[in-house]
Amino acid sequence: MTSHSSRAPIAQTSPGSRIVISGGTVVSGGTESRVDVAVVDGVIVEVGTSLSGDISLDATDSYVSSGFVDLHTHLREPGREEAETIETGSRAAALGGYTAVVAMPNTDPAQDSVAVVEFVRNAGKRAGLCDVFPSGCITVGRHGEQLAPYAQLSRAGVHLFTDDGNGVQDPLLMRRALEYSRDLNIVLAQHCEVSRLTEGAVMHEGECCTHMGVPGWPALAEELMLYRDIELVRVTGAPMHFLHLSTAGSVELVRSAKRDGLPVTAEVTPHHLSLTDEHLTGFDPLFKVNPPLRTREDIDALIEGVRDGTIDAVATDHAPHTDHTKQMPLDQAPPGMLGLQTALAVTNTVIGLSPTQVVDLFSVNPARIAGIADQHARPIAVGEPAHIAVWDLATTTEISRNDMVSKSRNTPYHGMTVRGRVRHTMFGGEIVVQEGKAQK
Amino acid sequence: MKHLLSARDLDRESIGSLLNLTDHMVEINKRPVPKVPALRGKTVASVFFEDSTRTRLSFETAAKRLSADVMTFSASSSSVNKGESIRDTVETLSAMGVDAFIVRHKSSGVPLAVTNWTSASVVNAGDGWHQHPTQALLDAYTITREKSTGNDLAGIRVAIVGDVKHSRVARSTTQVLTALGATVTFVAPTTLLPHDVSAQGAMASSSLDDVIDNCDVLYMLRMQKERMDHALIPPIGEYCERFALTSQRVQRLRSDALLMHPGPMNRGVEMQVDPSELAQSRILTQVTNGIAVRMAVLFSLLGSGSTSSLSQGNES
Repeated sequence: MTSHSSRAPIAQTSPGSRIVISGGTVVSGGTESRVDVAVVDGVIVEVGTSLSGDISLDATDSYVSSGFVDLHTHLREPGREEAETIETGSRAAALGGYTAVVAMPNTDPAQDSVAVVEFVRNAGKRAGLCDVFPSGCITVGRHGEQLAPYAQLSRAGVHLFTDDGNGVQDPLLMRRALEYSRDLNIVLAQHCEVSRLTEGAVMHEGECCTHMGVPGWPALAEELMLYRDIELVRVTGAPMHFLHLSTAGSVELVRSAKRDGLPVTAEVTPHHLSLTDEHLTGFDPLFKVNPPLRTREDIDALIEGVRDGTIDAVATDHAPHTDHTKQMPLDQAPPGMLGLQTALAVTNTVIGLSPTQVVDLFSVNPARIAGIADQHARPIAVGEPAHIAVWDLATTTEISRNDMVSKSRNTPYHGMTVRGRVRHTMFGGEIVVQEGKAQK
Repeated sequence: MKHLLSARDLDRESIGSLLNLTDHMVEINKRPVPKVPALRGKTVASVFFEDSTRTRLSFETAAKRLSADVMTFSASSSSVNKGESIRDTVETLSAMGVDAFIVRHKSSGVPLAVTNWTSASVVNAGDGWHQHPTQALLDAYTITREKSTGNDLAGIRVAIVGDVKHSRVARSTTQVLTALGATVTFVAPTTLLPHDVSAQGAMASSSLDDVIDNCDVLYMLRMQKERMDHALIPPIGEYCERFALTSQRVQRLRSDALLMHPGPMNRGVEMQVDPSELAQSRILTQVTNGIAVRMAVLFSLLGSGSTSSLSQGNES
């Protein structure tokens, strides 16, 4: 191998070679310990001090944990490959420390059939950068009219079902969906939005939208559906997950539901924890997202929800869009922003996370909700699969849109200084990210 | 001033100087040959992605009276229909050599976006529900000159009646009038009020009958019947009963009050009287002043900065 390249040397992970992650602090099972981790053929074979191996991966001053799991990734393939492909999105995921992502079903065609979910899963396998777990639709074509074939899709490995992008509007259909799903060991996940209340809506309904003369998206539209679904969970007993909560009222509704012992879980995105509707006053569609950026009071409530466990997971809602669609007028541009590469740093910068909190919010809890806890977010222990992220919470970097490896570059954080970074990602024993650089 | 995008960008002082400049333009417009060479050699592109004949003609007339060359782009007959992006349109026209873009678009924020794609000046000629700053200035000019208040509107009570929520005119005019000291009351059912009235520096009333006796300016907005379809108002008859200017209500309008409307009027809906028969009507004065105000805006964006060039041609 020639050595004139300035890139980090590519670690060869040929069969049988022993990789040692050395010098780091392992965060697993709620404890931190200064140990090395040895991996051979995709499996952790030794955990201890001063280990040696064929290849050494430096983890000095860093934490070593199970790889992250994103509950909410839009990979755009099939159908919108100009914005993202499963391969480019997987690479962004790997750079963000993710070893598994749940692919949202609003593809074209939608992920409402075994054929489409198999396509997505296989394309993920071919990319080989992380596990891609396709979600399924709640309704056929995400049209909100007919139940999708949950049992068939479940047999094909789908655990999480959602019409994300749309909320299921019809309360009768939602009740039936929950009843039908209950015995299948799957979870339905709702995008909470009463669409009649958000027709034409562009951003949070508040003072900013008044000045800007654009239609508002009221908090009520999210909270009404959330309230309805919590009551449907109470009636049906089926578990439910709530996507990208954005309002203070939503946090309180979930908190109260959990207090009642209902089987509900919830996620929040890094952008709803870090940005407000005031970012939209320049009419820049980069800040347009659904649900919309809210207010400082909502952020404070969401952070409190993360701290007290009301919110189980941080999920990215990674939503790539091409430059030309994000240069349309604010009311016509599509909602969504990139998230995979910046999630840990942005969240840590806003909240100030402990290492164990990172593991719970980014790995353990999302893996449990996604139904993949038998494969991902495993303890760092002998015999476990080597899906590992190496990261820190102290290094300061400036986010640049030019560093985005997605096919699109619609990050709202360009130029923002953040704290924390992902150094290495190991997926199935293979070093897919080393020192912040994708290796394949 | 490089651009005119929003009435919010204008403070009392800059409004005052634009109104004073408008006095010059009014004088020019009264000459036998209402034309000065102040902007000779400058190119003004009127780029209307949304049709609006009267605003476009007003701007183009203003530009021509200052001797600017005018380029007209209208979306209905252009490449926009073939899928060309706004950015490409602006960059293409800009490459032809444009000094100022006059931009109208149905989406809020487009004129601001246009400033990213050209080094020319940009004037907002109306964007979505957002802003229509030259309308605000012509309204302020009309009121201050008709009331002979200088550039001060302290103590002047303005009632803006109708669909305030969807009105860029109400939004921008309120900002300019309140900056000059006027008191503005929105008169509309709550469904047609913006989300946060106080954030706009206005008050709200749901009864025209409560405010009509005591307003110095009655500013009627166009009411679109389609609003009924979106559950914003009950059948139009009830709306008119509460908020239209009827012959009964006109009796209560003070004789020194001004009746204004941004046009186009919806006769038989919000206007159930003929304004041409009303001494208080200044609706056509607004239109006339609109040209002078737009001349003042173009001159302050593109002119030499000296008003001496406005005297040229006076001999003719």
